[in-house]
Amino acid sequence: MTNLPANLAANPRLNRWVSFDSDGFVTIKTGKVELGQGAVTAIAAIAAKELGIDLDRIRMQPADTDISPDEGYTAGSFSIEHGGSAMRWACALVRTLFADKARTVLGDGQLVVQSGIFTRQNHNQGISYWELAADVDLDRSCKDLPAPEMIGGTIDYPGLHRLDLGAKLSGKAFIQDMSLPGMLYGRVLRPSHPKDRLASFERDKITALPGIVDIVVDGNFMGVVAQRDEQALHAVEIAAKTAKWQRDAELPPMTAANGWMSDVTPRSTTFIDDEGEASQVSQRHRAQYSRPFIAHASIGPSCAFASWKDGHLTVWTHSQGVHPLQRALAKALRIDPGNVRTIHVQGAGCYGHNGADDVALDAALLARNANAPVMCQWTRADELSWSPFGAAMRVEMDGSLDDRGQIVEWQHAVWSPPHLARPSFGDGVKLLAAQSLAEPHDHGPPNDAPRPYGGGDRNAVPTYKVGKRKITHHLLPQGPLRSSALRSLGAHCNVFAIESFMDELAALARIDPVEFRLRHLDDPRATAVVKAAAALANWDAADPGGEGHGRGFGYSRYKNVGAYYAVVATVEVTDRIRLLDVYGAVDAGEVIHRDGVLNQIEGGVIQAASWTLKEQAGWTSSGFAVRSWDDYPIIKFSEIPRIHTTIIEPSGETALGAGECAAGPVAAAIGNAIAHALDVRVRDMPLTPERIEAAINSASS
Amino acid sequence: MSEAAQHPQPTWPFRVNGAAVSVSAPDNMSLLMALRQDLDLKGTRVGCAQGNCGACMVLVDGHPMQSCTTPLYAIKDRDVLTIEGLLADEVPGSLQRTFLDEQAAQCGYCINGIIMTVAGLLSRSPPADRNEIVETLDERHLCRCGAHSRILRAIDRAIADQRGRQP
Repeated sequence: MTNLPANLAANPRLNRWVSFDSDGFVTIKTGKVELGQGAVTAIAAIAAKELGIDLDRIRMQPADTDISPDEGYTAGSFSIEHGGSAMRWACALVRTLFADKARTVLGDGQLVVQSGIFTRQNHNQGISYWELAADVDLDRSCKDLPAPEMIGGTIDYPGLHRLDLGAKLSGKAFIQDMSLPGMLYGRVLRPSHPKDRLASFERDKITALPGIVDIVVDGNFMGVVAQRDEQALHAVEIAAKTAKWQRDAELPPMTAANGWMSDVTPRSTTFIDDEGEASQVSQRHRAQYSRPFIAHASIGPSCAFASWKDGHLTVWTHSQGVHPLQRALAKALRIDPGNVRTIHVQGAGCYGHNGADDVALDAALLARNANAPVMCQWTRADELSWSPFGAAMRVEMDGSLDDRGQIVEWQHAVWSPPHLARPSFGDGVKLLAAQSLAEPHDHGPPNDAPRPYGGGDRNAVPTYKVGKRKITHHLLPQGPLRSSALRSLGAHCNVFAIESFMDELAALARIDPVEFRLRHLDDPRATAVVKAAAALANWDAADPGGEGHGRGFGYSRYKNVGAYYAVVATVEVTDRIRLLDVYGAVDAGEVIHRDGVLNQIEGGVIQAASWTLKEQAGWTSSGFAVRSWDDYPIIKFSEIPRIHTTIIEPSGETALGAGECAAGPVAAAIGNAIAHALDVRVRDMPLTPERIEAAINSASS
Repeated sequence: MSEAAQHPQPTWPFRVNGAAVSVSAPDNMSLLMALRQDLDLKGTRVGCAQGNCGACMVLVDGHPMQSCTTPLYAIKDRDVLTIEGLLADEVPGSLQRTFLDEQAAQCGYCINGIIMTVAGLLSRSPPADRNEIVETLDERHLCRCGAHSRILRAIDRAIADQRGRQP
């Protein structure tokens, strides 16, 4: 069969996706996981629609390596595009098999299925999935089946609410809340400097403490298992007081605009270098932009449970990918992957690769000799210092206009450490504790998310017609802090740079920024969102701005192939920056769950505003500078803008993820609005009042 | 020798969700630890254990308090209300219902703490107004997903519902 969705082709047996339970329910097995983004609800709605079963008859099976299809990571705004389309096909195939069987009972002809019951049109007699289930074997590959006919029509309906929120707003719901019989509590000792290793600690002082079950030392990895959590925490505090550390390297000084980057030799790739000469250059402009490291900063500290029995390990985890984690744990622990089972339990929002995978290995190491399940939870300080950060970035732009104000030449160079160091990505073992073991694992060579989606180079290619292009990615093999995927990866800073630069070029060309963008776009879907956002905001090309009031525009197509999002931000700048309104238009293709799309856009806007205006993870000569929320302010309730969103849903387009498309455009719209308000431009994030003041002072001096 | 005999610990009596309880623990142990570990009330979340994020908010004698930085000795003989106790008070238009109706969450980890603060501020006499609620959220609660506008929408509705119920 052609055109089988990739995730279904990789997991072709239908009972890996769907099974009918004897109590009148159907179990839907998606390899995608709920991260608070609503993906599982959307996939349940897809399954209900395509099977012809009511949503309240559906049980969503949490991802489990023993049960679920391997759909890799729940990441990159692919949950609906990949996971949803695979589930839709699987369910349509299952419905077709059941309909064939139903015809043997009901007679030939067109069948309809509603609330799980097949009937022939204008006949009363019907038969349900559950009555047929014994006679339809789903333990079969779908590769030889013809392409199914989809039910079609909209999946979304008013009042479609998230399936997981009721439990979360009542009581136990998250992995941190789980209990297992006889469970013990583990905590890990980690240094406060990224390049420190544990040399020694006073074991006797810990052995004497109440409730200690095991002190686990493996190379430079150290943790404690206790009967109670406060006992484990206390023991690690005492260990920290007596610990001696060996420093393998000092950190470079932290300077503005990522000055440390110039001392690291990059691995450089110019992946677009158009032939020919730019014609009729009339004006040339160059500028540099940056963002610092940004913390994932989940509200719930990373947590895992591990239990060993006869050499077989079971891990409960809030990882974004239970199958990749299974493989990584097996490698780290030097056991067969068949001896590792990983089960997803929901955690707090992670926004990418945080400490979820690392704490799973911590738990497995702590539980090894415990003869009982061990829960391991990181502290807030662990979470804010040892979770991978979103990578710092520096972007240099260079562009030229002809005498009509059309862009004829465009260069974009981006420097950044890796944006993708997930546990199973590339060679080596990237789980945090793996490099500390007595027999340490190699981290493997630095790598980044491959094109076309890219990591540091994600959205480095402009979506505009810009004449002769040269695009270069300078991958820095390492940075002062650990970095890996944070929502939108390189798109946040690349789009900030591109869209700031577009405004700067528009000013040189003396053309309204929206008009300037439209003159360089030839994709009708792009044009439509740009016009829709401008209309929503009542964009006035003649608005002079200034006096602290400004509005700015930002647009991008996420990953160059994903959702389109255009946005207008309005700001008021006094001694502080107030983000007033954010008017956005999104085209994420087919909408599965309208409120889910709106929620993702709203969250994307607010989180991007927080990154862009406030956030910076730093370090000092003594190590991590961020150990608590006091060190890492994020956006507050009084600081959020009014958010207005228009959804454009073109007919016949496939569903695209909406979770990450807002980050870059919002950052740029805020920067452009500040420039419009004050006639000075700040190109280094975060765009703080201090930086704006410095820019004003340097402009006037 | 038993564990308890080796390390004798004081016992702290208080009330949770209307029921008398007593927890035997070191005197500096937090109320959050007792709720989650000893009383199996895990709707009160562990977020930072540093008094910054508000995920662990409960009501003590009707006042919102962060349970992670409240030592057990400080709540001896006092009344603690958690999200589970708030829900037992099943009334139409309850705060939880309002938050669900508005789908006022993304991951939902911060929400129970926020609901407890709002419950405390609205049940006060006179109830807090919107400005005071937002100020309190600014000082005591963090949301990382960016569900703020939905949370504020749910709070606006809760305020309106409460006014509607008043004679």
